[in-house]
Amino acid sequence: MPLYLALTCVSALLAVSVYAIVDRQNRAISRNVYRLCLGLCGALFLAAVMPRGAHVVSAALPLGLPWIGMHFRIDVLSAFFLAVVNLGGAAASAYAIGYGAHEKEPMRVLPFYAAFIAGMNAVVLADDAFTFLVAWEFMSLASWALVLTHHHEEENRHAGFVYLLMASFGGFALLMAFGVLGGVGGAYDFATIRESTKEGWKTGLVLALALVGMGSKAGLAPLHIWLPLAHPAAPSHVSALMSGVMTKVAVYGFIRVVFDLLGPPAFWWSIEPMSFGAASALVGVLFATIQSDLKKLLAYSTIENIGVIFIALGLALAFKANGMALPAALAFTAALFHVFNHSLFKSLLFFGAGAVLHGSGERSIERLGGLIHSMPKTAFLFLGGCVAIAALPPLNGFASEWLVFQAILLSPALPQWTIKLLVPAVGVALALSAALGAGCYIRAYGVAFLGRPRSEAARAAHDPDRWSLGTMAVLLTLCLIAGLLPSLLIDTISPVARDFVGDRMPTQAELSWLSIAPIAESRSSYNGLLVFVFILFSAYSARWVIHRFGSARSRRGPAWDCGYIVRSPTTQYTGSSFAQPIRRTLGVMAFSVRERLDMPAPGDMRPARLTVEIKDRIYDYLYAPLTRAVASCATGLNVLSLLTIQQYLSLVFAALVFLLILVAI
Amino acid sequence: MTFLFGLMAQSIQMLLVLALAPLLIGLLRKLKARLLRREGPPIIQPWRDLLRLLRKEVVLAENASWLYRAAPYLIFAMTWVAASLVPTFATGLMFSWSADLIAIIALLGSARFFLALAGMDIGTSFGGIGSSREAMFGSLAEPATIMIVFTVSFIAGTTQLSEIAAYMVANLELRASVGMALVALLIVAVAENGRVPVDNPATHLELTMVHEAMVLEYSGRYLALIEIAAALKLLLYISLIACVFFPVGLASHDAGPKAMAIGLGAYVLKLAIGGGMLALFETSRAKMRVFRVPDFLGAGLMLGLLATLLVFVTRSL
Repeated sequence: MPLYLALTCVSALLAVSVYAIVDRQNRAISRNVYRLCLGLCGALFLAAVMPRGAHVVSAALPLGLPWIGMHFRIDVLSAFFLAVVNLGGAAASAYAIGYGAHEKEPMRVLPFYAAFIAGMNAVVLADDAFTFLVAWEFMSLASWALVLTHHHEEENRHAGFVYLLMASFGGFALLMAFGVLGGVGGAYDFATIRESTKEGWKTGLVLALALVGMGSKAGLAPLHIWLPLAHPAAPSHVSALMSGVMTKVAVYGFIRVVFDLLGPPAFWWSIEPMSFGAASALVGVLFATIQSDLKKLLAYSTIENIGVIFIALGLALAFKANGMALPAALAFTAALFHVFNHSLFKSLLFFGAGAVLHGSGERSIERLGGLIHSMPKTAFLFLGGCVAIAALPPLNGFASEWLVFQAILLSPALPQWTIKLLVPAVGVALALSAALGAGCYIRAYGVAFLGRPRSEAARAAHDPDRWSLGTMAVLLTLCLIAGLLPSLLIDTISPVARDFVGDRMPTQAELSWLSIAPIAESRSSYNGLLVFVFILFSAYSARWVIHRFGSARSRRGPAWDCGYIVRSPTTQYTGSSFAQPIRRTLGVMAFSVRERLDMPAPGDMRPARLTVEIKDRIYDYLYAPLTRAVASCATGLNVLSLLTIQQYLSLVFAALVFLLILVAI
Repeated sequence: MTFLFGLMAQSIQMLLVLALAPLLIGLLRKLKARLLRREGPPIIQPWRDLLRLLRKEVVLAENASWLYRAAPYLIFAMTWVAASLVPTFATGLMFSWSADLIAIIALLGSARFFLALAGMDIGTSFGGIGSSREAMFGSLAEPATIMIVFTVSFIAGTTQLSEIAAYMVANLELRASVGMALVALLIVAVAENGRVPVDNPATHLELTMVHEAMVLEYSGRYLALIEIAAALKLLLYISLIACVFFPVGLASHDAGPKAMAIGLGAYVLKLAIGGGMLALFETSRAKMRVFRVPDFLGAGLMLGLLATLLVFVTRSL
């Protein structure tokens, strides 16, 4: 029943995208489409959470390739991700009921929007390699079309091009991965793959290919370069979907292949996810710290969070391989909890960025400032999102990072030396990225929302409509609930952990005072609710005591600023000056920064100028040589297009003979 | 009855840290002054200053937002809660399990987050410079702290401070990793509290200042709250060092009033010794350039990482 409901909803989403094309003259089309998407996502969310009776529900439809058909299935893992995808989808649709009205070319968004959500759902539901790949490519292409919504801008066309390249590359890697998994016999449904035996070299190859394929979609460094270009290029609600939800679909794919299809893990499987996860966490947060484009900053921070998720998944693999089921369950639960949390607060922040973009017309924080006065409601909600994503108690980002730290604390028991030496390094990376993340959001919020407006647009900005604000408020409430009552979420995730790593965390709901204790209360426990109540109680009692016995009077006056009286907003700290210390101390790790000061001689009237050049090392040392190699190969092969007919024929003949020899061997 | 007693012990701890924190600052100032052969203000002076500030009218900058007015209360509350979760005179108090060491560090991180935001709210260059530097120091000091947490929790097998203290009392032995963690924690504590050589709490109007730059616009009761939060933070770090590395005299939560009284005496003594050592250290050092601080903190981070690695390696042997 839930599966058929889900499949019906997915087809209905496809129908909505057709409807959007057919009824394009309708004035209310935009609102209608988003309302329909909201309803369908809600129904899909219900399908994910409704009791399924049997543990696993599956179905085969006579579609697609005639001898394979299409297989669909809901198990605990797909149900969890189905819930995450559709919560994000419903939020984006609800937000867009208001926000989408400002779109100048709705026809470039609406059909692809519904199709994009349908594609993401289909990936999660797919139960054979063919369906998975079709749905995956469908999702990629639909999102590519959405990236090109504002195709008049050169920058966005470039983003679309890079995205298409990376998506095809990732899709190709996945094709190979499933090819190796399915074998020569071509058994492509997941049930057969799961049962088959895999030789050693095959698992290594599939693991690497899966990491490349899923990692390129999730934004794992060094395959992340498309993400900060493509995610911000789309309209904000689509950016939220891409960053908050589509990256999670890639995480789902990775879990499905590595934890499920590949069979019992070996310890070295954990090395790649952990090291690339740690690299992503650091690269993501360092680049986020120096961005001045608000949406780009959020996109880079997505890379950081994906890194955190992959670190936790790698830990889960290491524990599982060594038969330590309980720690594995802890790490796995932490990963899924962070998946859920990140989808909430990243959507919230992108919605906030969309509200800022609409309210002021600006994306660069260097031209904003003082938005807390002109857009008070958005400012409050965005602040909540910042606190959540900066992993600060008592909101939800902290709860999941706390679980990851607890998992790391169990790792000295692992016997392998490689992992023993790797885990502390990963721990440092995680701690650094958490701390830098807080700095990054202090900067983003402080420069954009606090201080004095740096432009007329920022002064005249206004809050968005009720739909947008309402959606953000709902997301913030969910963040608060997940942060104060993490036991609810952990118990929801537990069945997934039991099925995929062999054990589950102890039932948290039974603990007193709703606290969480991953292993035992004497080992570690955290109670977000109690901490929150304590903070509120202390703050309010302090306020009451001071107002009662001290003074409650206040008066407004000009700012003191050590007597400095120039009141121009340009005297404020800017985003780039805020990031300067971090750029200077930690920047050398991720990017090469060159600062050049052009100081005119005394008497010279031209202004002094400080130019900062920031280069992405990964781009310079990995992608640039690759691009050059491809270009030179293409130029070399150009000769082939100018051959005579005899030469072509002999070339074809030679190729045929070569292939026949290859087959014969 | 045990419930009431537990609640009482917890409340006593909350009020105790609040009462002692400004006195610690007073002691520190007095000792520093004496070391410089000055008379110095009486130890009670910080409390007098605070009470005076609380009675004064607040002057708000024209464009101060609600965040600016809410931040002092939040910073104070978060620091106070964090400080009262660190065992001072007794372990295992009623709510000690509601946040472990990682959560306490993160609570201080939350307080820092709001303090840095408050520094940017008025839109002055001083506030920005303070916030920016605070963010830089924080992003190095916090990972170093986490590494120290890793080290001690690997050894004690728990992140609950009370359990760590109990373990350390029961297993008194010298370990290289614990020594390194202690040095790293001292470095972090100096940096986090803005003491010499990282920042000079006694200055105003100096281009290298950090904490004072952020709170430059605050006055009256808001300033008082932020000052007392800073004092609480210093007290927290000294309590933390005392509780993890020198847990002598700590009473258990079910021990009688006599053990508690001994614990209290030991705690006050430890605070005084900690303050005295800090005063000695501060008077013998000069403040360093702001861009030398990352090296200083980086040394702390590396020591923490080394200690963690050492635990990982020795654990398996």
